[in-house]
Amino acid sequence: MRLGRIIGKVWATVKDPKLDGTTLYIMQPVNEADQPTGMPVVAVDTVGSGENDLVYWVGGGDATVPFEDRSIPSDVTIVGIVDHLETE
Amino acid sequence: MELARVEGNVVATAKSKRLEGYKLLLVQLLEPDLKETNKFVVALDTVGAGEGEVVIIVRGSSARQSEKLTNVPTDTSIVAIVDTLEMHGKVLFRKHHSE
Amino acid sequence: MIIGKVIGNLVATQKHYSYQNKKLLLVKPIDLQDRKEKDVIIAVDTVDAGVGDKVLVMSEGNSTTEELGFERRQPLRSIVIAVIDHIEHHNASG
Repeated sequence: MRLGRIIGKVWATVKDPKLDGTTLYIMQPVNEADQPTGMPVVAVDTVGSGENDLVYWVGGGDATVPFEDRSIPSDVTIVGIVDHLETE
Repeated sequence: MELARVEGNVVATAKSKRLEGYKLLLVQLLEPDLKETNKFVVALDTVGAGEGEVVIIVRGSSARQSEKLTNVPTDTSIVAIVDTLEMHGKVLFRKHHSE
Repeated sequence: MIIGKVIGNLVATQKHYSYQNKKLLLVKPIDLQDRKEKDVIIAVDTVDAGVGDKVLVMSEGNSTTEELGFERRQPLRSIVIAVIDHIEHHNASG
């Protein structure tokens, strides 16, 4: 899992039915110091995160299985909102 | 997932049987602020996207998880057409519904 | 999926069993805009493509496993999945 910062939102009416009920965000991957790493991506939210939240996410094939009862066509999925982060 | 703009069609007669009936679109990858990159890929369309539309593409094994794709060989699929894009609270893009 | 041009064949005697009786093609990715050299891809042919053909290369392991008729996942990733007739694209020559 990696860290990311939500910086924007995407609305799409026409989409894969499996994505219904999820929110699509523009997320900037960041390091533990909240510095951007690489290009922002579109991420599927499954945990009710919001604008400017620091989140953690999974990528690749792992991103398809956040729900027990269904898989989704996502390669970047937000799976948690960071409450608190401590680094050395 | 990434943002992209539909730039063209790819027409192929000799192809996998499992690709029959699917549209293959040439898309140009965009940065989140919609600036064009110089990267193009071919994506399987699952939502009826048309030329010029801003879409969301998904890559890798995830590209096969679309509701309409079972056992279809693909590594890149279009899963949504973007209506509106907002960054840092500002609307950057809104699809025209005139046509 | 990416668009490429078949530039050659590859033959190997010692190889993983999943590659038995598979035609391997060397495909050079075609650049639609940037002029950067791209590395050649080795792909299993599934559509009877030949040198000079413009083709579509698909690189996803599960798809490839199914397309080649294997029961379980094999160390194969890229296949030539279509021969392109033409590309309708107004900006790049392709």
